[in-house]
Amino acid sequence: MSSHKHDENCRKMFAVLSEYLDLELSADACREMETHIGGCEPCAEFTQSLRKTVELCRAYQPQDMPGPIAMDARQQLIDAYQKMLAARRYRLP
Amino acid sequence: MERAAEIGLARDLLDGKPEAFDRFVDHFSSKIFNYSRLMCGHREDAEEVAQETLLKVFESFDQLHDPENVRAWVFRIAKNACLMKRRKSTYAPDRELSLDEFLPAWSSEKDGLTKLEIADWSSLPEDQAIRSELRRVLDETIAELPAIYRTVLLLRDVEELSTEETAQVLDVNTDAVKTRLHRARLFARKKLDQYLREDGQALRKVSG
Repeated sequence: MSSHKHDENCRKMFAVLSEYLDLELSADACREMETHIGGCEPCAEFTQSLRKTVELCRAYQPQDMPGPIAMDARQQLIDAYQKMLAARRYRLP
Repeated sequence: MERAAEIGLARDLLDGKPEAFDRFVDHFSSKIFNYSRLMCGHREDAEEVAQETLLKVFESFDQLHDPENVRAWVFRIAKNACLMKRRKSTYAPDRELSLDEFLPAWSSEKDGLTKLEIADWSSLPEDQAIRSELRRVLDETIAELPAIYRTVLLLRDVEELSTEETAQVLDVNTDAVKTRLHRARLFARKKLDQYLREDGQALRKVSG
C-alpha cells in the first residue's frame, strides 16, 4: 500500500487503462499516462493488478470439454465440406 | 493452437487437403463449445451451437475471403448461432456496469494523503494450488459478468481477437468494444483482488 494525493488526473487515467495496456492510446496520451504512473505509486500498483488480470484471462482455459461428435453429425460436416469444395472448383478457373 | 497454425489449417481446407478437416473440427468444436457454454450456460445448447456453427462454416467456407480472418469469421457464426438459442442464459442478467463502481477504494489519512486498498499482486506465485484457485475465481467471475461484457472479455482476452475483429463479430463499433472490455476487466480485477486479499493470503502462506 502506498500514499499520495488522489486527484482528478488519477480518475482520468483510470478510464483509459485498458487502452494503455493494449497499446491503443495515441503517442501523446501514452506519454501522459507513463508520466502519471511514473509519479503516482497507487496508480502504478493498480495498473499492475489490471495487467495481471489480463494475463490470467489470457491463460484461462475452461475445463469442460464437448462430447465426441456423433458419426452422423460428422458425416454431415464432411458432406457440407465436399459440396463446398466441388462448388469452389467449378467456379475457379 | 497458435493463430498461425489455425490460418494454415484454413488455407489447407480451402485447397481441399482432407487431412486438415479433422484437426479443424476438433480445434474449433471445443473453442465454440467453450464460448457458447460460457455465453448461454447450457451444456446441451453449447454442443448444438458447436455443431450448427461448424455446419454453417463448411457450407460457406469459400465465403471466407481471407484465411487470416478465420477465427473472427467462425466466432461471428457462433455468436449468431448462440443468439438463436431460445433458452435464457442461466448466467447474470444484463445490466450496465459503470466505471465508478470499480474506482479503487481509498482510505484517507490524517495528513490529507490517501491510501490505495489493494491486495499484494506483485508476486503471484506459479503454485499449482493458487493457479487452480484463480481459475475457479475466473469461472465464477465470467458467469457473473452481464452478457454484453462477458462476450467482449471472452473474445478479446480469452480468444485474443483484436478490437476490430471483436467489433465485427459483435456488430458494434470499436469504441463500444473498448469501453465494455475495460469494464469487464475491472470487474474481473475487483473479484480477483477480493480473493487475493481474503483467501489468497492464507493459501500463499501455506504454499509459500
